[in-house]
Amino acid sequence: MIRRAADRLSGWFFQTLTVFSALIVFAMAAGLFLRSRPILMDQSLNRLLFSSSWHPLRGEFGFLPFIMGTLWVTGIAVAIAVPLCILTAVYLSEYAPARIRNFSSPLIDLLAGIPSVVYGIWGVLIIVPFIKDHLAPFFGVFSTGYSALAGGMVLAVMIFPVIIHVIIEVFRAIPYEVREASWALGATRWQTIKHVVLRRGLAGVIAAIVLGLSRAFGETMAVLMVAGNVARLPESVFDPAYPLPALIANHYGEMMSVPLYDSALLFSSLILLTVVLLFNILSRLILIRVSRRTR
Amino acid sequence: MKAASLIILSVLALILATILLKGLPALNLDMITKTPRGGFYLGKEGGILNAIVGSLYLAGGATLLSLLLSLPIVLYLNVFAGKRSYLAAFTRFSLDVLWGVPSIVYGAFGFTIMLFLGLRASLLGGMIAVTLLVLPIMSRTMDEVMRMVPAELLDASYALGATRVETAFKVMTRQTLPGILTAVLIAFGRGIGDAASVIFTAGFTDHIPGSLLQPAATLPLAIFFQLGTPFPEVQQRAYASALILTIVILFVCVTSRLLIRKSSKNIIK
Repeated sequence: MIRRAADRLSGWFFQTLTVFSALIVFAMAAGLFLRSRPILMDQSLNRLLFSSSWHPLRGEFGFLPFIMGTLWVTGIAVAIAVPLCILTAVYLSEYAPARIRNFSSPLIDLLAGIPSVVYGIWGVLIIVPFIKDHLAPFFGVFSTGYSALAGGMVLAVMIFPVIIHVIIEVFRAIPYEVREASWALGATRWQTIKHVVLRRGLAGVIAAIVLGLSRAFGETMAVLMVAGNVARLPESVFDPAYPLPALIANHYGEMMSVPLYDSALLFSSLILLTVVLLFNILSRLILIRVSRRTR
Repeated sequence: MKAASLIILSVLALILATILLKGLPALNLDMITKTPRGGFYLGKEGGILNAIVGSLYLAGGATLLSLLLSLPIVLYLNVFAGKRSYLAAFTRFSLDVLWGVPSIVYGAFGFTIMLFLGLRASLLGGMIAVTLLVLPIMSRTMDEVMRMVPAELLDASYALGATRVETAFKVMTRQTLPGILTAVLIAFGRGIGDAASVIFTAGFTDHIPGSLLQPAATLPLAIFFQLGTPFPEVQQRAYASALILTIVILFVCVTSRLLIRKSSKNIIK
């Protein structure tokens, strides 16, 4: 009897915890929304999102420079990462012998585990001087090195493991027989990859890229350390950028002293959360469909 | 294709080499046994003991809290909920989505919780934010391991008259213990390395926190703040912190690999 009651009770308790954990996302969105309400009441959404005048002391909160900064940095990162990651994933899953695969998978895990500040240090010590001394002079422009490009390059490295890992999983879910059928028709290995594996895995590859994109979108510390942080619209990749997450992290100290400032910062984390949630839900749904179809 | 793979691996090597070359000369006994003297931003003497201890407290506490929350959750998902449970499917989805939420948003959310509770930047505040941050990572990692356990094993336990909760703790948990340890390690590694979630919530200080309500220094923030100073002596502390952090992450990676290998030997399939 007691065992029964204990079972019921813990079942109920475990279920409650589970429901709570499933609701954290909503709690987050609601909490941030409540805190950003003051600024939403004060100013129109249109002005907040599309004005580039950022003067908190005058009560002007235009997020456009930060949104554009985020888009620049994320765009550069994805442009660098995607081709490299697709090629690497194809190599690791289709060409590489098991020995190399077993050797490189923990290394990719390690890349995923390195904290973002460490990437930041690496960016400050290697990427920033590289851009300042070699890349920018090569194109005949002056740059301090702290630029959208530096942010994008560091971010690209940070999203490598996410994209590679998901693409490899997607390729692995494609049955081996499909490849054999293609070879039996006389297709070469590369033709098989191009017309069979990539085509079948296309949705999954897109999901992987979207996941990488959303990771890059919200990454804070590394970008904060290398992107330059000037609240202006960047005009070239060598200009400094000021992405949204960096804005939030940089101004935590002064946010209680200027009216509406804390609300503005929490509003920008709400923007981040919304975009990332959309991206994530989209890619997860694609991945669930992919795994269901191949099963 | 080989070139692309090589580029990616050599970037990793370059990162590790940079950290090693900068960190090793900076590391000495004073560095890891003393707190900074004269302020972490200006003081040229002392070490990073405040950040090491603060990080261990913070990540350890958050990992423990998160384990206490996620073990019941994954046991519910894998023992109590049926195979076709909508709640289970929804929870998994929601945790997956939560995994992708950037840590700065956890920081901001943790900050709103702290405002709600009337807390100031403190060890406790940091722990709340980091617990939320590592909860999806820990529970989804454990969940993946528990899903591998064959249903027959649970059936055998039920057939012996065990209740669900007994099966959960005596069969499921024991069977997947190495997997659970791996999840704990990975969560710890993530928790100790994250800066954006603690920047609002845990604050930064020169001292070792004496209670949950005092601010705590952390290694990632020690890197971030001290790298930005104009003094080379202070930057040394940032490099040393980076090296220590990287060693912790390496340890986590290697140990969790070994645990996974070991566990796959003993698990009944």
